[in-house]
Parts: sequence; C-alpha cells; structure tokens
Amino acid sequence: MSAVVNAAGKVVSWVDDRTTTNNWLRRNLRKAFPDHWSFLLGEIALFSFIVVLLTGVFLTLWFKPSMAHVVYDGSYAPLREVEMSEAFASTLQLSFDVRGGLLMRQVHHWSALIFISAMSVHMLRIFFTGAFRKPRELNWVVGVLLLFFGTMNGFTGYSLPDDLVSGTGMRIIEGGMLAIPVVGTYLSSLLFGGEFPGDDAIPRLYVIHVLLVPGVIIALVTIHLMLIWYQKHTHWAGPGRDDSNVQGYPLFPIYTAKSGGFFFVVFGVSVLMGGLMQILPVWLFGPYDPSVVSAGTQPDWYIGFLDGALRVMPAWEFYIAGYPISMSVLIPSVILPGIIMVPLLLYPWLEQWITGDKREHHVLDRPRNMPVRTGIGTAFITFYLLLWISGGNDFVAIIFGVPVQWITRFMQVSLIVLPPLVFWVTKRICLGMQRRDREKVLHGAESGVVAVSPEGEYSEVHTPLSPQKAYTLTAHKRQQPIELGPETDEHGIPAPRRGRSKIRARLSKAYFGDVIQKPTREELELAQHDGHHGKQNGHQDDETPADDNDDSTHRE
Amino acid sequence: MTTPESGEMAEYGEGRTGTSELEPAQPVGDPIPDPGPAPPAERMTDIDLKAEQRVERQVASMFGLASLLILAFLVAFVIFPLTTDDGGAVDVGAVRVSNVALGVTLGLALVLIGLGAIHWARKLMTSKMVIHERHQLRSTDDVRAETLADFELGTAESTFGRRKMIRNSLIGAMALLPLPAVFLLRDLGPAPGGVKKNTLWDTGVRVVHDRTFAPIRPSELQVGSLVVAMPENFEELPHEGPERINQRAKSPVFLIRIDPDDLRIEEGRENWQVDGILCYSKICTHVGCPITLYESDTHHMLCPCHQSTFNLADAGEVIFGPAARPLPQLPLAVDEEGYLIAQSDFVDPVGPSFWEMNT
Repeated sequence: MSAVVNAAGKVVSWVDDRTTTNNWLRRNLRKAFPDHWSFLLGEIALFSFIVVLLTGVFLTLWFKPSMAHVVYDGSYAPLREVEMSEAFASTLQLSFDVRGGLLMRQVHHWSALIFISAMSVHMLRIFFTGAFRKPRELNWVVGVLLLFFGTMNGFTGYSLPDDLVSGTGMRIIEGGMLAIPVVGTYLSSLLFGGEFPGDDAIPRLYVIHVLLVPGVIIALVTIHLMLIWYQKHTHWAGPGRDDSNVQGYPLFPIYTAKSGGFFFVVFGVSVLMGGLMQILPVWLFGPYDPSVVSAGTQPDWYIGFLDGALRVMPAWEFYIAGYPISMSVLIPSVILPGIIMVPLLLYPWLEQWITGDKREHHVLDRPRNMPVRTGIGTAFITFYLLLWISGGNDFVAIIFGVPVQWITRFMQVSLIVLPPLVFWVTKRICLGMQRRDREKVLHGAESGVVAVSPEGEYSEVHTPLSPQKAYTLTAHKRQQPIELGPETDEHGIPAPRRGRSKIRARLSKAYFGDVIQKPTREELELAQHDGHHGKQNGHQDDETPADDNDDSTHRE
Repeated sequence: MTTPESGEMAEYGEGRTGTSELEPAQPVGDPIPDPGPAPPAERMTDIDLKAEQRVERQVASMFGLASLLILAFLVAFVIFPLTTDDGGAVDVGAVRVSNVALGVTLGLALVLIGLGAIHWARKLMTSKMVIHERHQLRSTDDVRAETLADFELGTAESTFGRRKMIRNSLIGAMALLPLPAVFLLRDLGPAPGGVKKNTLWDTGVRVVHDRTFAPIRPSELQVGSLVVAMPENFEELPHEGPERINQRAKSPVFLIRIDPDDLRIEEGRENWQVDGILCYSKICTHVGCPITLYESDTHHMLCPCHQSTFNLADAGEVIFGPAARPLPQLPLAVDEEGYLIAQSDFVDPVGPSFWEMNT
C-alpha cells in the first residue's frame, strides 16, 4: 500500500473505531454513477448554489440591511449629497470601496441566475425523460419546491440594494398583495410595517434572504441528494442496462474527479461572468424614489413570466358589496403561480393514475416514446415563453418597430392558440420518430445506396442495425391503454366507481391510444426473413408480405 | 443513512452476475435479446505511451497555469486601486479595470483546475465501467409486518387509544399552540385603517414643483406641457423615519394643460380644472408604478411598467392595458396670490385597488 493510502487509512480507522464509517464507505466508494451530459444539469444547479452561498457570505460582511436615512458622502462622486437608505449606501461602498466587492456582487447575481436556470432546465430533463416516476416522485416534489424557494430567494435578494429598480419591483409585489381579497391590505401592512415602503421591509427581507430561505433550500438539497444516492441514479436504455441494474463509473476516483472538476468549472465560469459582464449597475439607477421609474427596466429573468402575465392580462375588476376584486392583478400574481405549481407538484401521481403504471422505473424514457407527455411539456414551455416574452413587450415593440399594443394583443391571442397547437405538432413529431424507429428495427437503416435487381427493380439497400442499437431502440415497454371492463360482472353486479373508471379509460386512451408500438418478435422475424432472400429489396417486400407468410418454408 | 448492500459488482467482460430481486419492467428480450454490455472503446492513452505522456503534461500545465493565475490575482488586487484622485473619489473606470483583472485571473484559475481534473479522469484514470444490481426499495413483507406489530405494541403500551381524556386534552393543547405564534406576528404592522385612502392633499394645499418645492402659477403651463408636482406640506416632513418616503409613494401628481376644446369634462368635475389645467395622481391604479410617458398630442398617459394607458382628456379613463380604474383626479383651484392649490384631498383612492378602498 502506498504512503497516501496508509496515512488516510489511519484517519479512517480512527473515525471507524468510533462511528462504523467503513460499513458505509465500503459500500459507496465504488458506487456506480451513470454518464450522460444531461445528468450534469442538476450538478450545475448544486454547484452554482454553493457559489451563491460563498459569495453571499462575503457580501454580508459589508452590506447593511437598513432603511435608515443617510446623506451619501462616500467615494462615488455623482451621488454625493444624495439622500438614500443605508442599504443603498452600503451597496455603493461594497462596489466602490471594497476591492473585489463589485466582483463578488456580480458573481453572486450571475450565479443566482445560473442556479435558477439550471434548476429549470434540470426539471425539464426530469420531466421529458420520466425520471419522476416511481420511486422518484418524492424527489420530484422536493425539486419543484427547490425551484420555488430559489425563485423566492432570488426576488428577495433583488430587493435588498434598495436601488430604483429593486424598489419598483417591491412596489409591484405590494400591488399584487393588495389585490388579495379580505386580507391583502393586512398582508401588505404586516410586511412593510405599515404603509409602503416604510422602513422595515429591507431588514425583514434580509433575514428571509440570508437565513430562512437558504436554510430551507439547504435542507431540501440534502434530502434531494440523499434520495438520489439511496435510490441510485437512473440510466438510459442500452445494452446491459435495465431496471434491475445501474451501469456507470465508480464514485472514487472517476466521479470524484469529474464532478469535483466540474464544480471548479461552474465556479470559474461564474467568476468570469462577474468579471466581464456587468449586471444591474445600481449606481446608475440611483436610490429608490417611489415617485420615479425608469422606462424599460426588467426584472430578473425568472420573474419575467409573472411580469408578462401582468402586462397581457386584460383589465378586469368587479365589486362585491363595494369590495373590489381585482382579477387583472389577482390572476397573474396569485392564481397563475398556483395553477402552475399545483399540477406540477402532482404530475407524477396524475400520470400514474392515467397509465396505471405502479412499477419501479430506473431506465429513462426517450421523449418520443411518450408523445402525450412530451406534448404537454412543450405546450407548457410555449405558454411560459410567451408570458416571458410578454414581460419584455416594450422591447419586442422596439425591435419590430410596431406599437406595443399590437404585441400585447398578439400575445393575448397566442397564449390561447399556440400551446394546444404546439402540443399537437409535438405529438405528431413524436409519433413520426417512433414510426421511424420501428422501421429501422424491422428493416435496418437507410444506406443511401440504390440497387437494381436482375428484374430491373430499383430499391434502396438497408443496413441492418447492430444488435446493441436494435436492443436500445426496443428496450422500452409496450404501452397499452387501460381497458374499460364490462359494465357488470358475470353475476350482473355493476362494476364499482363506473364513472371514474370511464374517465380513466378515456384519459388512458388519449395517452397511449395512438402510440406506435415497437415490433413484436413475430413481426421482426417476418421482416428479417424477408431480408434473407434479397437484402436489396427488403423494404419493398414489407408492403406485400402476404405471399410469403409461411415462415417455416424459408427458414434457414 | 445507509444504503442497502450494493450487491455483486461486475466489470465489463465478466458478464452479468447475481440476480436482482427487481423484476425488469418487461420480459427481457422483447423483441430483441439484450446483447449485454459492449466492451469499452480503447483510449489513445491506453495504447500509446506518447499520447499518455502528452495528456500528463497537459493536465500538469493546466494546474501550473492555475497557480500562476492565482498569483496574478493577488498582484491585480494590490496594483489596481479603486480611488485615483486626491479627493478620495472613486474612478468608475478604475473600478472596472480592477473588476475585470480580478474576475479574469480568478475565473480562469478555477476553470483550469476544473478542466485539468476532468481531463485527468477522462484520459488517464484507469477505472473500468461497473455494473451494480439494484435492489427493491421496499422492505420485505416480514419487516413490514414486524414494524406494524411493534407500532401496535407501542400504541397499546402507551394506553394512548384507551385514555381518551389524556388524548383529547393533549390534542386540544397542541391545536392551540400555533396561536401564540400568530399573535406574536400581529405587531409586524398596524391595522391598515383608512390611512391608505388619505394623502397629504387637503383644502388649500399648494401644488409645488416636486424637487424645488416652488409654487406654480397657471401661466407656467403651456398647452401640451407636463409638470411633476408634490403638495407643499411634503417639504416639512422629517427626513428621518418612513413618513416622508411613504408620502412620496402616494402623493405625487402631475399637471398638464389641455386645449379646452379637446376636453371632455365629467359631470361633477366642471370646476376641478383651471383654464384647461388638470391635475392627476402619478400612481398607476394597476399595481402602483409611477407613470411617466405622456403623449401630448393624443393626451394619453402610459405606465412604463405594464403599459396601462389613460386618456387624460377624458377624465383619466383607461383606454388600454391591465389597469381597471381611471387615474384619480385632484380638484384644482387658484389661491388669492395666484398659485395653484388643491380644493380637497383626492376623491377616489390613489394607487392599486385594495379591499377597504370603498368603505
């Protein structure tokens, strides 16, 4: 044994004597981690969160979460003599008097944006590949909550510097709170300690931003990782891989080096962005003044869809016994997040109920093999992106040189028309790809070579797939819609919960009714033996299989 | 936390070992039998000593360069000051230089450390692919039954189910326990009361410029011009404390002058204007952004946040966007010295709609 191993062994023995660590280490040092680029998305989220934590701690050493009134006399000359809050003054100090302070502020902001972006894309990956299916439903829920809390912490952080754009953001949040029936005015008063903006909001948002929400996020991340570890990672279908095993490289040393290295890459890229790309130059906006707004200011990207919803929602307010119900604010700021979050949280169970599939799954779905799920996903992305673009409708109007009202009207129509259209198109594309896979398995891949038979027939030569490739394309399970049983059993007793079963059967048919099934062994043998009496015209024969149905006579 | 036994390990070439309790989701080999794991592709570095040495040099260079960049970061920290002139004023250009120098040196150093480790793992580490069996996550039926039995035994021993008086009184106490927490949070803010409906405007309060606080004569305003204004009593508010900024959030107004021929005067507001000079709240009735974008030939006022558009020549009615209520109008008059004053506070609530606004 080498000296390094000997030295490490002594430490491990010391710890093991007291904690039985080796039991765990023995099982996990060589744990298999599957390789695929899409498995890195969650890692980007984790690593950028660590970068956010590190840079955030640095910022707290200078930032003063106080709305106390000061007259600025610091080193940034253009704002001298300007009245502002201590929060904004200390942000200026961090940017201009602390070497590396501006860098840390910008890295903090950029890595927070990367954190939320990576979580979002990671969630899409999980959705489209069905990685949320049993036994990972709980981790899906934890992930959705992480996205929610990440967004919340992003917003509270955006509000802290108390510059003009962060104050405007808070004002819009206050407007959203006021629209909540009965308790809205109280909620606003409790958050702001009275009227908006008051002088309590920033210290309160600060403790939420640096203690409460990060604590929740750290707890959720821990659960997330423990579940991944315990349930073992999913893997893609392929030779030697199925639901009963996991194939990958050992945690130590390969995964340790690769993931450890990847952490440094994510960290380094965040620092490069902080060094080279300016983000929210608050000294140019100046301190918050509720009577001033600068046109064209934008929230962070992850709030954009909510701002877009506020922009495209038509005016709608009515009164019940004189009390206002401001639907034009309530729908975008309260109801819309709710109708996104709740189905998102429940999706694993909704799909499970429709498909009736309660088995454990460890092999990922290819999106094409679940056309309806993939369609739902792309329709949602379309809906989200349209809202997001609406959040910049003034910029879009400038780009296209048309009145902003046109953009708003266009978006209002698109939000209703485009998602169903995208669902339908996605589903057709998926079915087309499934059909192509089936053809490839049955007749091989197109080779691009056209041959002439002695009879003078032209046909394309098809290259048979390798067994590995063919296995990969057919490794998914057959999907059959749930059959609706008979109305009554043999004794004439009506089946229980008939209405429920009918809905379920109908949904299941919508889910699986028109998927293209992978070939059966019989179909495969038939196609293969067609190929035997002439590879050149294998494809053509498929159209007229009737005359040589008799398998045995041709078998070699 | 423990993991179940990782089971048999296998490397490529050894084939599948052991059997898992997990049923595959479908009969294996439907329709094509599993050909088994493919042998790993050979790497250049496994067969060519020169390639191996080259990669070794590459990895070491990345780590070496990272060391140099870390030292460069320290140098940049020292040699790029933020303040350049004698008055202690910062030079934004110098801040940018320092920021780029620190960010590029540290960022590149981190990236190189990361890439070096990944390159090393991919090209030089000799680990082979491993296959582990998965195990069913549920406990065995025996364990489940025993757990349930233990739970039953414990419940019986605690007599929790039998002693209903204890059970119910405990449930009662636990149900009440959250209330102190709710009450403790009550003083986060005062009851809103009517304070949201009142601004600084009152009978006889002069309309003054929002920065200079100079009073305004009607003759200052030309047709088509716009003046942002505040109530004159705003100036007296203390700079400390929240009152000043709170009023800044609800009392701002703007004055415009519109050709009387273009005006549609709403019933009851005939005497709210002074020779075509109108005064409106600057706070949008949608979610409270201060509105700013005035198009003088159409008399349209647009909120830059969500594009609610108000027609100022038509009593501030909403003509586009998500706002549902017209902009509140302030009744104007002229005092004996000839300055613009308010006749009263706003009649309609200012800013976003809120629950108690009509009570």
